[in-house]
Amino acid sequence: MTTEIVPIKTGEDVVRVRQKVRVRATEAGLSLVDQTKLITAASELARNTLDYGKGGEARIETLAAPRKGVRIAFCDKGPGIPDVQLALKDGYTSGNGLGHGLGGARRLVDDFDIKTVVGEGTTVTIARWKR
Amino acid sequence: MDNIPILKIGSALLVTIQVDMHDQLATRLQEDLTTMIVKSHARGVLIDISALEIVDSFIGRMLANIASLSRLLDADTVVVGMRPEVAITLVELGLGLPGVKTALNAERGLTMIGGVSGGTEDDEDDDD
Repeated sequence: MTTEIVPIKTGEDVVRVRQKVRVRATEAGLSLVDQTKLITAASELARNTLDYGKGGEARIETLAAPRKGVRIAFCDKGPGIPDVQLALKDGYTSGNGLGHGLGGARRLVDDFDIKTVVGEGTTVTIARWKR
Repeated sequence: MDNIPILKIGSALLVTIQVDMHDQLATRLQEDLTTMIVKSHARGVLIDISALEIVDSFIGRMLANIASLSRLLDADTVVVGMRPEVAITLVELGLGLPGVKTALNAERGLTMIGGVSGGTEDDEDDDD
């Protein structure tokens, strides 16, 4: 399966990520609610990449096994997250959001993985599978 | 050139969000709306989001901001037309949109604001 790389440098890029994820989610046969959850999670994370990671990229891929699904990795070379557990808590924010970005996004997907190194960057990977 | 049209219906303003919102558009809308509220003496703002496929915390924040701004300018805000899948996602996201009034459709929203007739100042003397 081809991996599509979408740069995230501006607010318009966040919109572009949403549109690409929608196409993939539809192709993978996700239900409307599942599509909506995945796209919303992608939107939150793309914005994090932009706002906190100082920009980066989204890597979107369609999965075929064990079931159909969509996986997206958000990568940045920003400051990293010093305390991941704290950042995943509801209500936490270091920016001007409502503080639901990371923890909220995790609840909207089936798989959630975060790798972060302070001073080097953060990669958040999410996946949602067809039911 | 990129902006969201604001329509006046009676004493209310109607904003239909049909495009994918990004930062500049959201800021522009807030500015245009506040100007319009003051200029048109609107008592309410109806925001139709039935075309929106998702509402993330960015859009949620924008809606909450508009509601606060309108309140300061003596106008009520009602968000109408939220899709069911959007509502499900918002709740799971933990974004209940506190402080933002909602109605199922524009008609009910207008009723909440005070109808299209507007202008007619109901004598609501609180006799105490």
